[in-house]
Amino acid sequence: MALLEIEDLSVSFATRAGNLRAVDGMSFSVEPGEVLGIVGESGSGKSVAMLALMGLVAAPGIVKARRMAFDGRDLQAMSARERRHVAGKDIAMIFQEPMTSLNPCFTVGYQIIEALATHAGDSSRVRRRHAIELLEQVGIPAPESRIDAYPHQLSGGMNQRVMIAMALAGNPRLLLADEPTTALDVTVQAQILDLLLRLQRERGMALVLITHDMGVVAETAQRVLVMYAGQIVEQQHAEGLFAAPRHPYTAALLDALPERSPGAARLPTIPGMVPGLADRPSGCLFHPRCHFADRRCRAEMPELRGLDGATVRCHYPLAALADAR
Amino acid sequence: MTAAEAEALELAAPEHPLREFWRYFSANRGAVGGLVVIVIVVLLAIFADIVSPHSPIASNSKAFLVPPAWQQGGTWTYPLGTDAIGRDMLSRLIHGTRFSLLIGCIVVAISGTVGVALGLAAGFFSGAPGILIMRLMDIVLTMPPLLLAIVLVAILGPGLVNAMIAVSITYLPFFVRITRATVLGELGKDYVTASRVNGAGTLRLMLVTVLPNCMAPIIVQGTLSFSTAILDAAALGFLSLGAQPPTPEWGTMLADARDFVLRAWWVVTLPGLAILITVLAFNLMGDGLRDALDPRLKR
Amino acid sequence: MLRFLLTRASLVIPTFAGITLLAFVLVHAVPGDPIQVLAGEHAISQERHDELLKSYGLDRPLPIQYLRYVGHVLEGDLGRSLITHTPVIEEFGALFPATIELSLAAMLFAVVLGLPAGILAATRRNTVLDHGVMGVSLAGYSMPIFWWGLLLIILFSNTLGWTPVSGRVAVAFDIEPVTGFLLIDSLLAGDGDAFRSALSHLILPAIVLGTIPLAVIARMTRSAMLEVLGEDYIRTARAKGLVPLRVIGIHALRNALIPVVTVIGLQVGYLFAGAILTETIFSWPGVGKWLVDSINRRDYPVLQGGVLLIGTVVMIVNLAVDLLYGLINPRIRHRRA
Repeated sequence: MALLEIEDLSVSFATRAGNLRAVDGMSFSVEPGEVLGIVGESGSGKSVAMLALMGLVAAPGIVKARRMAFDGRDLQAMSARERRHVAGKDIAMIFQEPMTSLNPCFTVGYQIIEALATHAGDSSRVRRRHAIELLEQVGIPAPESRIDAYPHQLSGGMNQRVMIAMALAGNPRLLLADEPTTALDVTVQAQILDLLLRLQRERGMALVLITHDMGVVAETAQRVLVMYAGQIVEQQHAEGLFAAPRHPYTAALLDALPERSPGAARLPTIPGMVPGLADRPSGCLFHPRCHFADRRCRAEMPELRGLDGATVRCHYPLAALADAR
Repeated sequence: MTAAEAEALELAAPEHPLREFWRYFSANRGAVGGLVVIVIVVLLAIFADIVSPHSPIASNSKAFLVPPAWQQGGTWTYPLGTDAIGRDMLSRLIHGTRFSLLIGCIVVAISGTVGVALGLAAGFFSGAPGILIMRLMDIVLTMPPLLLAIVLVAILGPGLVNAMIAVSITYLPFFVRITRATVLGELGKDYVTASRVNGAGTLRLMLVTVLPNCMAPIIVQGTLSFSTAILDAAALGFLSLGAQPPTPEWGTMLADARDFVLRAWWVVTLPGLAILITVLAFNLMGDGLRDALDPRLKR
Repeated sequence: MLRFLLTRASLVIPTFAGITLLAFVLVHAVPGDPIQVLAGEHAISQERHDELLKSYGLDRPLPIQYLRYVGHVLEGDLGRSLITHTPVIEEFGALFPATIELSLAAMLFAVVLGLPAGILAATRRNTVLDHGVMGVSLAGYSMPIFWWGLLLIILFSNTLGWTPVSGRVAVAFDIEPVTGFLLIDSLLAGDGDAFRSALSHLILPAIVLGTIPLAVIARMTRSAMLEVLGEDYIRTARAKGLVPLRVIGIHALRNALIPVVTVIGLQVGYLFAGAILTETIFSWPGVGKWLVDSINRRDYPVLQGGVLLIGTVVMIVNLAVDLLYGLINPRIRHRRA
């Protein structure tokens, strides 16, 4: 049985200018212990979907889903109290900006111990020791002294490690990481990603890694979801995705990677912009920016269909072209 | 250019700033309500002589403490009753609008002009002159404003003019501070450097280049100071330090009101109500102005 | 932290100098002959006039006079009241506790009602409650407090007869002044009736004086909370699965309190100005009424001394607030090495 099952998730925001659909009919699942990458540009809805899962979408956002189940239990049917036991303990989330994601008025130790007190149920004597152990596990040097530091006294990389330690306090079965390295230096990025993968392996935790960086996906994910304008447009195993992307958007994202154009004078880009509230295209949402769009694409929204072990939302998936090459 | 492109261009042209301002301002119902009340008050002040049924200072020895018309003993000759020496409350209240508006205008004019000038100077000449100005303002700020005003009036002698001068002095630091802070913020920007490079002299830089861009917070401060001035002048009037009787200033009308708490509630309640309505209107409008002028809140 | 403390504390000296300068300029700015001013209504002969001139040092140049004045002040000599001939500082000491008692009660009222109101308004944004709190606060600082006091007297003292009209305590009671705070002194003396009387006299003035601070605190708390609630660390706290009460009451409030404490501190300056009006309405025997009476009676030493003392008290309170702010703002308290 899948650890996480999401069917037909939609998140919309009622604004004065109209209804903004941030997430549109998203369905996916996560197996225990797997690493799932979710890729997309800003505005693709990848973060909002995770927030919806955690119950963190505030008014005026409206979350609707046919099914949201964790470990077989229906998240939507739970009381607020039950939900807090799941989201926070069994499912943990870390965010993009470590410097602002920790409360500046409390020490990092206080905040980790608070998580332990809420979810692990140790006695208070044990909690501090446990917190120090967690800091050690996430690779913070001299944890006994660091535990009493305030977030502004630590660097961005250290703060992100603290966030991870805090997330681990409840022994989560699923960790959602929303662009955990985007705000960090390149060298620190690699360290944090290594840390996340190591923890994932050691604890048998499932990891959902949200990013806009295909390079990060290449190094970490086993399976990949590609999102565009609130919809899933492609879903494949990582090797397959990089070798033979099915959706034109995925192919364009890959083409934009500098590594794929060695010696080129100009990098290929994707013309146009992600549709916002006012300019949602008819038919396929990607068609204004797609080289291969035709009349059918302009008129009819494609369904998500299976194709050789992948799923694609496109009238003319690239499989044929890849095979032809 | 096709017709479609031309239409798109037209849609994309930015709104006139005044229209944009009005769009934000009018969305705030409280602010618009405040504006309406202010317009009414201004009209009352202008046409006070025509609208008032009686003279505000004429007393009638046969009509001391007449209750308002709807109470027992009241009469429609004096719709809101009379005070202790037989003067018509309604007429006095209407004429009071003139004094309140006058106080607000003069106080804001004086402390605004002098304050902004000092603030500009402190911002542009941030060396010794700037520091001196700010220290002076700090000295003024060591006292709570109303207390300082009372003390100043004690020196200058009671009276409406002295009260206005005293209050203006106590408001100076607020204008100086906000102007200086905004000026310092603008001085670092490129358009100032560009003007300087073009050879603009200091005076021109101050008044023509920088000042217009600092107006938003100054205007908001001005509106709020207007309403506070009415309150402070009324307080001085209440303490017999401001406008002197028989001037129908609302605060002065309350000076002896304590004695009538028991037997003539209208002498106590009505002038204060007039102050409340007017000040509330200015505060609502000031809030609306601030929200409409604050660039951060847009979009 | 230490550096912050020292920097802030060192500002006291120039501020105090400013206050003494203000007080000094006060009396000397009054138009007319200073001796005549000091003598008030009494007529004095020319010899007496010149005698006094010399003894007050008024024949010396102004800067010297100022320095003499500061010297006196530092020794605690602020002159004597022209009316009662008691040393100004003694009169102040006798009346100050009454003002403190009133101000503390007003502040308590403002904080106990204002903080929760602001928090509620922020957590229930754009609801009737929110608009209600905002509307009432706006009305609160748009009205003249002397009028508000009179209105409450009409309502509660006359119409309903719940509270007394004036004074600090019923004349019948004679309480031994130990601390100067009637509430404490009556408890110390074990006199329940006196305590109740003092309390009932305190309620209405405290409400009147505390109304504007209440309005300001409610508004400030609301806007501080709204800003904090939008921060990333609140999202993290929620993601941790913490109870909403904890998220708001501990994580959010702790941060929102930082600007709110500053605002509360600033209200103290307002309280003295407001005390003047409130004490006048309720005949509350405090420093504010004393000051106003001195103006009407041309008792200039009292006016000068009162201004100096009140200004000093406000300065000290502002210093305490700044230091408290440094303590609760962790960025200042724990600077990076």
